[in-house]
Parts: sequence; structure tokens; C-alpha cells
Amino acid sequence: MSFLEYAPAPESTALLNLQSEYGLFINGEFTAGSDPTFSTISPATEKHIATIASASTGDVDAAVAAARAAYDSTWSRLSGRDRGKYLFRIARLVQERARELAVAESLDNGKPIKESRDVDVPLVAAWFFYYAGWADKLDHAGLGANPRALGVAAQVIPWNFPLLMLAWKIAPALAAGNTVVLKPAETTPLTALLFAEIVQQAGLPAGVVNIITGAGATGRALVNHPDVNKVAFTGSTSVGREIARSLAGTPKKLTLELGGKGANIVFDDAPIDQAVEGIVRGIFFNQGHVCCAGSRLLVQENIHDEVVERLKVRMATLRVGDPLDKNTDVGAINSAEQLQRIRELSDIGDAEGAERWSPACELPSDGFWFAPTIFTNVATSSRIARDEIFGPVLSILTFRTPAEAIAKANNTPYGLSAGIWSDKGSKILAVADKLRAGVIWANTFNQFDPASPFGGYKESGYGREGGKQGLTAYLAPAAKATAAARIAPAVKAVSAAKAKSASAAKGGKK
Amino acid sequence: MSRLAVPKTYKLYVGGTFPRSESGRVYEVVGASGDFLANVAKASRKDARDAVVAARSALSGWSKATGYNRGQVLYRIAELLEGRRAQFVAEIVSIEGVTVAAATAQVDEAIDRWIWYAGWADKYVQVAGNANAVSGPFFNLSVPEATGVVAIIAPQDSSLLGFVSAVAPALVAGNTVVVVASERLPLSAVSLSEVLATSDVPGGVVNILTGSPAEIAPWLASHADVNALDLVGAGDLDWVSLQIAAAETLMRVFPPENGPDAAAPSLERITAFTETKTVWHTKSLL
Repeated sequence: MSFLEYAPAPESTALLNLQSEYGLFINGEFTAGSDPTFSTISPATEKHIATIASASTGDVDAAVAAARAAYDSTWSRLSGRDRGKYLFRIARLVQERARELAVAESLDNGKPIKESRDVDVPLVAAWFFYYAGWADKLDHAGLGANPRALGVAAQVIPWNFPLLMLAWKIAPALAAGNTVVLKPAETTPLTALLFAEIVQQAGLPAGVVNIITGAGATGRALVNHPDVNKVAFTGSTSVGREIARSLAGTPKKLTLELGGKGANIVFDDAPIDQAVEGIVRGIFFNQGHVCCAGSRLLVQENIHDEVVERLKVRMATLRVGDPLDKNTDVGAINSAEQLQRIRELSDIGDAEGAERWSPACELPSDGFWFAPTIFTNVATSSRIARDEIFGPVLSILTFRTPAEAIAKANNTPYGLSAGIWSDKGSKILAVADKLRAGVIWANTFNQFDPASPFGGYKESGYGREGGKQGLTAYLAPAAKATAAARIAPAVKAVSAAKAKSASAAKGGKK
Repeated sequence: MSRLAVPKTYKLYVGGTFPRSESGRVYEVVGASGDFLANVAKASRKDARDAVVAARSALSGWSKATGYNRGQVLYRIAELLEGRRAQFVAEIVSIEGVTVAAATAQVDEAIDRWIWYAGWADKYVQVAGNANAVSGPFFNLSVPEATGVVAIIAPQDSSLLGFVSAVAPALVAGNTVVVVASERLPLSAVSLSEVLATSDVPGGVVNILTGSPAEIAPWLASHADVNALDLVGAGDLDWVSLQIAAAETLMRVFPPENGPDAAAPSLERITAFTETKTVWHTKSLL
């Protein structure tokens, strides 16, 4: 056994107590879906985990109706203090069942257990704990006294951080006094359904949280439901654009967390060893399935060779394999479809003249895998420098001056995240001022905290999640009643838009 | 013998200069009693695109100016307006057909509103931004900053006050604007451009187009270099289609408002045109 070989150390799945089949969680109970069920599989083995219900349009109606009834009869009448106490309960239940949730997440999503155990699930608990405390302090959220909830929130989340994205959506919504209908991603519904059990254990009034599973059509029916007051979506920019279009002319409040092509800028005065760790964390964390990933490395030209050399040495120590193994650094790609996209874009990188490198690593034969990969000699115009790959693929570009680094970093329609590595504080602050990105990490990368607002500029979406800003995304000022009366009537226009979105939805079903 | 008056040519205001519409078009603006007042430039698609280029070029300088500086520049506009009150009152009386007292009240409120917004330029960051107590050794700060180029359809039923109420808040945070004036009541907007040109506002920060909002707005809503679209005065347009067009680039869109309270002064109108940037910096473990 050489220095880097370890015996397998898989986390036990014995503490999982999964059902063979999961229904929709509507009005506090699991009910069968009306559409054909689907299977959720482990991307590491392609083995079936559980059978999942698919919500039809009628099921979506039922879920929204349950959320509306709960809002009207219970949740909007509850004191902020009591809403907070329910959220504190949920935070504690998440902590109690943390290991179980982490194992389920790694099983269903393919992410390494060390990440689900040490990052995802602890953040989920922290998110509920943070927003629990806000529930009876809404007067301090920045919207003046007595801000009001919006009503029913429709929330659609992606597969990259299934339970964490659920927490980002549900915790602030409930704290602000809304009720929710949430749709997890088709490939990763498992932890959301376990969360439904937690909701039951917490004794949350029926209908306050509803979780419906299904594919794109279910999500489309949910966000376009006429009785929804707020839509929150995290996912691809193309779907975000479709939602923005279909909500045009409606009074629904919309927040979007979309794609990114984050620049990770390494200056020649950076602490190189730390920067290399940050580069690895920036792009190989969660297999690069991170909207804010540092997927474009901008390295100052004079240290390019040294950084690339040290990065390769570091990458050679990354352990790719069983997500449930405690020693695994990089897990499985979430789906065959995503693997296909990563392969396609990487092949385009080859074709466009960039140089591909991956460490020698043996990939399992079953499941979906892609070795950690870097491309050097990448042109700014190359697809791999412009498109979001959403995988463990890093494009490396160079710059000579801070001005060039800033120009290249901002040369993207996205604006979600960026990293800056330098030992010179004044340089960091000056560069941070000029970057058009919602989250900037200086001498660190991919840090998340419930107290810290997260969200993008430009085509990375709008609105913030986390912090006070994330709370106000689910609130309206008390005076908004009069403001709403000011909004011009758009009866004609709205009905025209509805006709349009109805025809678009039809098109989507074909 | 009474003196023969010298009428003014009403032109566009783009990049700090006063071009006619490149299309060569004008339209007739009449007073409340139907009498001819002026031939006003009728801006085209190309004028709108030129205005966006000018606004984008001015963005870096204006958004990076200090809040104190932007506050003084905005305050200076109010100073110059104060000196030209008579001109604005006369124009409003002629075009809106209101009394001198009503026109004076509108001009006074417009001036006072500039001052109110000017005072926010070095404060909105403190009120809307915050330090974040994260769980780890990090310095973490969230600050609002300008969204970028903002296209505005100004309120259509007000000469000066509606225009000022829509434009001033967008400027506070350092956005640059392309604003389509009231089609029926454009005179004050054009005269205001002459105030802007002789104040300290850098060219390109405010670009004013006159003409048909229905014709110009779709080009602005679908322009990839526009970051936000304020439809405050677009209530009579097919504004849902504008919002749909704006979704293509995930433009921030604000819906039309009607009535006397449209675009009422608020901090919300300032922060609506900002983006929250959160910067994390490591702290060493001592």
C-alpha cells in the first residue's frame, strides 16, 4: 500500500430507513401522484433507490390550494414568535438526523460524504436556525414597521445542493410568514422527502410546507399557477429566462439564482499554496456542480507555469470514487445527461485548441464519472471560457495587469461570483470594487453562510438569498397595499400574456 | 411695437450633446388650447442605441464617483433649476394649461425632490448595506452598488415632476440613464437637459429622448446593454410585451405606476436600481 492508498471507508447506509416508494407531500400527508412514477437512482452505481411520484397539474392545484388554505387559516395568523419556534424545531431536527440526511444526499446526488456531512447538512441546520430568529423581528428587516408576507411561494430548486437549496428557499419564506410549495429536482428528490418527514415531526401545521416531485412540466405548472404570489427559482439561465417571460405582467414577485462562469483571479503576490487549495475548492468542490464555481482561472502570466505545475501535483492527490467513502474528494456526476454535457463541452475545448489535462485516476465502471480536468491555452472566445460547464472542468487563462484581469473577469453575461488571490489588501479591495459579481471571495472560495447574501448580477439572476436581503425577498412593506393600487391596471395586457404562456406551456408538453 | 420672440429648437440630449434625431423626424407639440408650441425631435431606434452607448460609456466614471461627489452634482442641478424657475413655470403653463400657482408648485416640488435624493447619495449604502456575522474567520460586507444602464419610460401625464421623480433616484446609486420623456408634455424634459448640460453632470449620465415611447421602448427593452427597465410611465403601452422582451437578458424590470403618487419619493426607488455585492475576506487566526 503506497502513501496515497487507503482501505475503503464507506459510510454505513444502515441508518437510512427509506420507503420503497414516496408520494407527494401535500397538506401534511403523503399522497400518491396522478402522473406515472419515476425512479431515483444513485449516480455512482446507477442503482434504483426509490420510486417517486410525479405531480400532475391537478396535484399542483391541490398543493397550491393546501398552501393557500394554510396561509389563510393558520400561518398568517400565527405570531412571529411561534413561527420562529417551529423553525427552531426544524433546525434541531435536522441536526439530530444530520448523518442520515448526509448519507441520503450522497447516495442520491453523488456528492462526497465529507461534503454532505460537513458542508451541506450543517448549513441546512444553520439556515433554519438563522431565519428562525428573524421570524419575530421582521420590523428590522429594512422595510419599515409591520412588513407583510406575500402569501404562497412557489419554489423550484436544482439538483446540485438538493437539501441546502431547499433550506435556502423554505427557511426565509416561512420566517417571513409565507407558505410554500416546493419542487425538488427530478434527479434528487430524496432528501426533500425526508425533510417532509421532519416537517411532520416538527408538528408544523398542515399545508404550510408542501413538497411535490416531478419533472419540468410540474415546475412549469407550479410557477405559472395563478394563485401563487411569489416564485423563487434556482437553476439554469435558460429556464430562468422562460420563467421571467411567463411571469411578465403578473404581480408575482420573482427571484432567480441562475448560472455563472466565475473568475478566480490569482495575482503574482498571492500565497500560492493557499491559492492552489482555493482553485481546487473553487472548481472541484461538488464535482463543479456549483453555479458560483470558479470555473475560469485567471492567473497572472509570470506565475502561470508555477501555478499550473503545483495545481497538477495537488490534483493528482484528489480521490475520485464512491461518494459514501469518507476519503473521497470528488464524487459522481449527477446524471447521464449532465455527464454528456460535460463531455461535449470538453471535446469542444479540445477542438478549439485548448490543452486538456487530467490526473491519472481509475474511474468506476458503473455510474457517471468525469475526472478532474484542466484546460490550458484557453482563448477568451472559446466555448469553455464562456459557457457554464457545471462539471469538474477548469479553463485557465492569463493576464498581465489588474486592469486586464478585471476586464476579462467581467467579460461574461453572468455575474455571480469571483475570487481574488493576493497578499495586498488594497489591491484586493480595488479589484473587488470593479468586479461585476454578487459574491466575491478574497483569499478563499465557495464559502456560504446564512447571514451572508448570495446572488448575481446580470444574467445570473436577481434577488438575494441569505441575510437580511434574503428575508426581504419574501416580504412587502406594510404600505405596499397602496403601492399595489398605484400599479397600472393591465387587464388586457395580462390576459394577452396568459394566452401566450398557456400556448408556451402547451408547446413544452409536446 | 412688441418684440418678436425667439423660439427654441427642442432637440435630443445624448452623450452631453444636443443632436436632432438622426431620422430627421420631428413631431408637433401643442399647448392645452391646441395652439402650436414646438416641433420636437422624434427619436428613432438609432437614437435610442446611440443613447445606450453614451450611457454605457459614462457608467464607469459616474458609478465610481464618491457618494459625496454625486450628491453635490445632483444638488447642483437643483441650484440651477431654482434659477430657471420662471422658464419652467411658463412652459408648464403653456403646455399643461394649468395655473401659474399649480405650475410653480410642480417646479418647486421637483427642485425639492432633487435635493432629497441628492442627500441620499452618500447614505443609501449605510442604510441598505450591512456587515454580516458569518460563522468563520471572515470579514464579510454587503454593499449595494449601481445596477448599470437604466432605461426609463418617464411618467406621461406630468411635465417636470414625473420626469424628475423617475430619473433622480436612478442616478443616486451611480446608474446612468436613457429616459424617454412624456410624449405629450416633453418641453420640461428638454429644458431640463439644458440645465443638466450646464451643471456638473458628466455627459452621457443622463440621456433624454423625445418622441413616441411606443416606438422607442421595444428597442430599449430588447437591448442587451441595458441592465434595468423602469416602466413607471409605460402604463398605456403594451408593457407586458416589453417585460417579456426584457426577460431575454434577465433585465431588472419595474412595472408601471399610475396616479398622483406614481414614483413617489422613496429609498426603495433608489435600492431598486442597485445590486448587492458581498465580499468575503479571510482573517488570519492569531
